[in-house]
Amino acid sequence: MKIHLKPLIPFSFSTELQIYLTGRALPYDELTDFHPILEKHITSGYVGWMDGLSQGTCHRCGNTESHLFGEMPCSRCGKTCTYCRKCIMMGRVNACSRLHVWTGPHLEYLLKEEPLKWSGKLSPQQAEASRKAIEAVKTHSILLIWAVCGAGKTEILFEAIAEAIHTGKRVCLAAPRTDVVLELGPRLKAAFPGIEIAVLYGGSEDRHHHGQLVISTTHQLYRYRDAFDLMIIDEVDAFPFSGDPSLEYAAQKSRRETSSLIYLTATPSSEFKARVKKGVLDAAIIPARYHRHSIPVPELSWCGNWEKSFAKKTIPKAVSKWLAERLQFSTPFLLFFPNIKIMEEALPLFQRLHPDIQYVHAEDPNRKEKVQSLRENKVPGLLTTTILERGVTIPRLEAAVLGTEKPIFTESALVQIAGRVGRSADHPTGNISFFHYGKTEEMLDAVSHIKQMNAEAKRRDLIVE
Amino acid sequence: MWNKSYCLYCELPLEEETTWKSLFLGDEKKNEFCTECLMKLQAIEGKRCKICSRPQDEEGICRDCQRWEEDPAWQGVLSRNLSLYTYNEFLKELMARYKYRGDYILIFGFKKQLKKILAEVTFDLAVPIPLSKERLFERGFNQSEAGLAAMDLRPIYALKRKHSEKQSKKSREERIHLEEVFLPTEEDISGKNILLFDDIYTTGSTLRHAGRVLKESGALQISSITIARS
Repeated sequence: MKIHLKPLIPFSFSTELQIYLTGRALPYDELTDFHPILEKHITSGYVGWMDGLSQGTCHRCGNTESHLFGEMPCSRCGKTCTYCRKCIMMGRVNACSRLHVWTGPHLEYLLKEEPLKWSGKLSPQQAEASRKAIEAVKTHSILLIWAVCGAGKTEILFEAIAEAIHTGKRVCLAAPRTDVVLELGPRLKAAFPGIEIAVLYGGSEDRHHHGQLVISTTHQLYRYRDAFDLMIIDEVDAFPFSGDPSLEYAAQKSRRETSSLIYLTATPSSEFKARVKKGVLDAAIIPARYHRHSIPVPELSWCGNWEKSFAKKTIPKAVSKWLAERLQFSTPFLLFFPNIKIMEEALPLFQRLHPDIQYVHAEDPNRKEKVQSLRENKVPGLLTTTILERGVTIPRLEAAVLGTEKPIFTESALVQIAGRVGRSADHPTGNISFFHYGKTEEMLDAVSHIKQMNAEAKRRDLIVE
Repeated sequence: MWNKSYCLYCELPLEEETTWKSLFLGDEKKNEFCTECLMKLQAIEGKRCKICSRPQDEEGICRDCQRWEEDPAWQGVLSRNLSLYTYNEFLKELMARYKYRGDYILIFGFKKQLKKILAEVTFDLAVPIPLSKERLFERGFNQSEAGLAAMDLRPIYALKRKHSEKQSKKSREERIHLEEVFLPTEEDISGKNILLFDDIYTTGSTLRHAGRVLKESGALQISSITIARS
């Protein structure tokens, strides 16, 4: 992308603008505080700009899909002007918009001797992965950390982040979901107390903070360009990262040309697995949980035509039996549904078994509270969509999937769901059941994925049972 | 011809209905909302205020309009306002994306409904409500003019905005009458029936201020159309 740039005429530039704009590419409307001084910085060559949108591509979010562009009679340029609808929730980028970038002196960070203040101890396998991550930081290379659910992935990153910060680098930890960003923020702030950390998500207050360490949803990366020396992408397989090319674009755009890239996942896509197998992608594989118990293997259970059962206002027998057992022993449970509609319709049937059973889905405003009440044993269990397949840790939790044959339950989704069970050291086991009306490849693959990881963990002597 | 169409708002693919019309006339589905989104809109039907379209239990004129009508300064300034939908949470979000995020083409999703309602209005000229210079720059377009464009109406620029001076420079008397923000232009509108468009009818104050200036310039009747009635 071409950057329009005037020759540098030295003057006492605004360090505030330098800090604000370094690593970002922002339209005029996002530089409100700097409007009076912006022009001077442009004519003196301290700020350059590139087209917001050209040749059918939005240069903020990378959108190229024709139906996600609109045309309007633009009062700024006086012409019919194309604009991007994909990233419009961050303010509109038009064909006549400019994205401003800092082209003045490079921003240097003060060197921090020991930025990491974390007293925890890594398990030998975590330590091994951590060494690889540090190596990736030092050599500007790409690494996949493939660690089972409950392996302690965040801790593995600490030393690598410390290494980058220590050498004056800028770091981004990107995750696809706000939930995950909110969970990571405090943990990293506690581990790196002396470092300026910006936690970014839609509507976050840190939006204007610089941050040598940025923890961000992948969406918020649209504002960045050529910013990070170390980019870590958490849950690289998760919605909405995979399948949305513009988020991939944002992650690439926000990295510096010479930089390190670390992918984290419990369930790599087949493409990632193939790259690891071919030896073109370096990987650190952690097959066992930090508590050194194997991951519970899902039980497949045929439950007949469950849609028909629901139509007749009954719960399939296998499912109601499973539920009755959980209720009898007060075991907190999650029951996963393939979509909201079926779940909504089925709720009254489940509330006959226990009136306090609730459901949650992505747009549920009380999602956090409902999960919290499950954690506190105030509700016996929740019906849920795949929204809770990740990031939920509840002691003693058991889980089941209803309609496992539906396409939404991919291998990766099912492995993640199984990964909710047996996470705590005090209760490392638990039941995970896949209720289905016909087996699919995906559910068989999910089972063999878990078995393979367990076998690998045993082989490497990482399991204590 | 087989290009997929998407809902203008939620961006999910529209259910394709291939009819002879769509085969011959090509892409008729452009700029439409999907059935799910349309179902979340709450059309104003049944009994409502004869002037402002506020839904109410009886026919007649609502209390707010009565108050306007009792004031000789405002009596008869707005003959009739027609609104498509009540301003529910869904429409609030949609309008916010239209007006504040500036997603201009969203208004064209209402084209069919607007044209239907337009048939109920008798008018000669369609006049857009002007925006202040600053607001126009910020937004990039005039939402009132966009609504007229969605109804395929040619805008007649019969109103302009008073230059807003700094508040502090004004006397108290002037500040009280600050709401007088519109001025007539050179356009000759005498003896004409005028249609105004605004995105939302809240108190009816904007439409009446615009209407009064137009009436003072010789317009006969002022009608208005809005997407939402809050």
